[in-house]
Amino acid sequence: MNKPEIKLIGENGLRTDGRRLDELRPIKMEVGVLDKADGSAYIEHGKNRIIAAVYGPREAHPKHIALADRAVIKCRYHMAPFSVEERKSPAPSRRELELSKVIRESLETSVMSEAYPRTSIDIFIEILQSDGGSRCAGITAASLALADAGIPLKEIVAGCAVCKIDGKIALDPSDIEDKQGDADLPIAYMSKSGLITLLQMDGSLTEDEFNQGLDIGIAACKKINEIQIEALKRKYISVKEQAEERHESQEAAA
Amino acid sequence: MTVFAEKKQLVAPGEVLAEGSYFPGENTYREGNKVYASRIGLAELVANKFIVVPLKGCYIPRVDDFVIGRVVDIAMSGWNVDISSPYPALLPLSETPASRGMAARKDLTLVFNIGDLVMAEVIAFDRTRDPLLTVRGRGLGKVSSGRVVHIAPAKIPRLIGRKGSMISLLKKATSCDIIVGQNGTVLVSGRQPKNEQIAAAAMYMIEREAHTRGLTDRVSEMMNRELR
Repeated sequence: MNKPEIKLIGENGLRTDGRRLDELRPIKMEVGVLDKADGSAYIEHGKNRIIAAVYGPREAHPKHIALADRAVIKCRYHMAPFSVEERKSPAPSRRELELSKVIRESLETSVMSEAYPRTSIDIFIEILQSDGGSRCAGITAASLALADAGIPLKEIVAGCAVCKIDGKIALDPSDIEDKQGDADLPIAYMSKSGLITLLQMDGSLTEDEFNQGLDIGIAACKKINEIQIEALKRKYISVKEQAEERHESQEAAA
Repeated sequence: MTVFAEKKQLVAPGEVLAEGSYFPGENTYREGNKVYASRIGLAELVANKFIVVPLKGCYIPRVDDFVIGRVVDIAMSGWNVDISSPYPALLPLSETPASRGMAARKDLTLVFNIGDLVMAEVIAFDRTRDPLLTVRGRGLGKVSSGRVVHIAPAKIPRLIGRKGSMISLLKKATSCDIIVGQNGTVLVSGRQPKNEQIAAAAMYMIEREAHTRGLTDRVSEMMNRELR
């Protein structure tokens, strides 16, 4: 396949958005953004804007999908029509169906679903604005929403992709690097147990490149995991600080 | 033996609570030599066992729980009751006070109709069967008056407080009758709507700030200010 020649790494060794090869894009997370959902999370990962909502455990519908020994986990990854430059049809595409499946499988490992037999846990991932690595950011957000819903988890799963651009391994591809690069390697990882719950590859890498990519991807997932835990706790800590502050000011007044 | 979590420390799923020979209690699990948290909550060490008091989560019925539910459907010889849990509850006709006779057996709506609120007790529940309720007993049956407040079921223990200290504070301050369902539904009835309102506000405050210190003082201060 002939691709137009675009230089993705400049003379100074920096990428098109000014990052070093092993640098993550800016990441922001917030928990509990939806009132009606049992758990929710919002993530900004580079230009990705994603909302994840979790409902459940709740009664499984239709009833015959229920499992006698654990909860069924349902997952829907969906891109909003306005999430990309050219309108995306709102009907689930082949790509979205596949991503829903791999994301569900990557989260299933962490959920202690045997605590809630005969129920279902429903995960919705809505891409509001799409950039490179949206499946990984989707996993990051969905796992955080599961934790926010109070569903027992072995741990929170974090996702991050690695790519190969201009013959070099680089962390966390942006949209253009994803499309113009030579390879894409999305990873989801559980930091405490060291389990890889998602690993896909597009393009080709040598064994050394693959190993190097996996190493930096896992290191990035560990960093993202810390941001997740911080975001989850922040929701409760801010309530605590406000309450205690109010108490102090009232005491001072009295 | 190393303990990593302080008492009442906020922990997230996957966080290490301790290393060594500690037992994993509620909402924790053990892998290798370490005890981890599995839910967002406050860590606590009781004797040699770690537990995490959850801050969120659904209501899972337990035998002998008092619950307040809503009748959503009429079945062959009983009612389906929504107790805001993943598991739908069944209240059989045989678990209602017996004296109703044949008329009730023909038309179940004579006893409870769809939409009615019932105060009931869980008599059976396990992993394989849906919860079974009874309204036989003192203080059980149809709800006829009062104000219904829903709070997160995970915050019910905090609303009740140690040996009922928090709930008795609320009752005393607002002079309302407060009936707490373990499933997060609370019934408040008082002489004045204003007092009911204040009791409800106090409950929402407890729900929001369950994990903070000095909550009892703040709740009592808020109620006194509002009642003045």
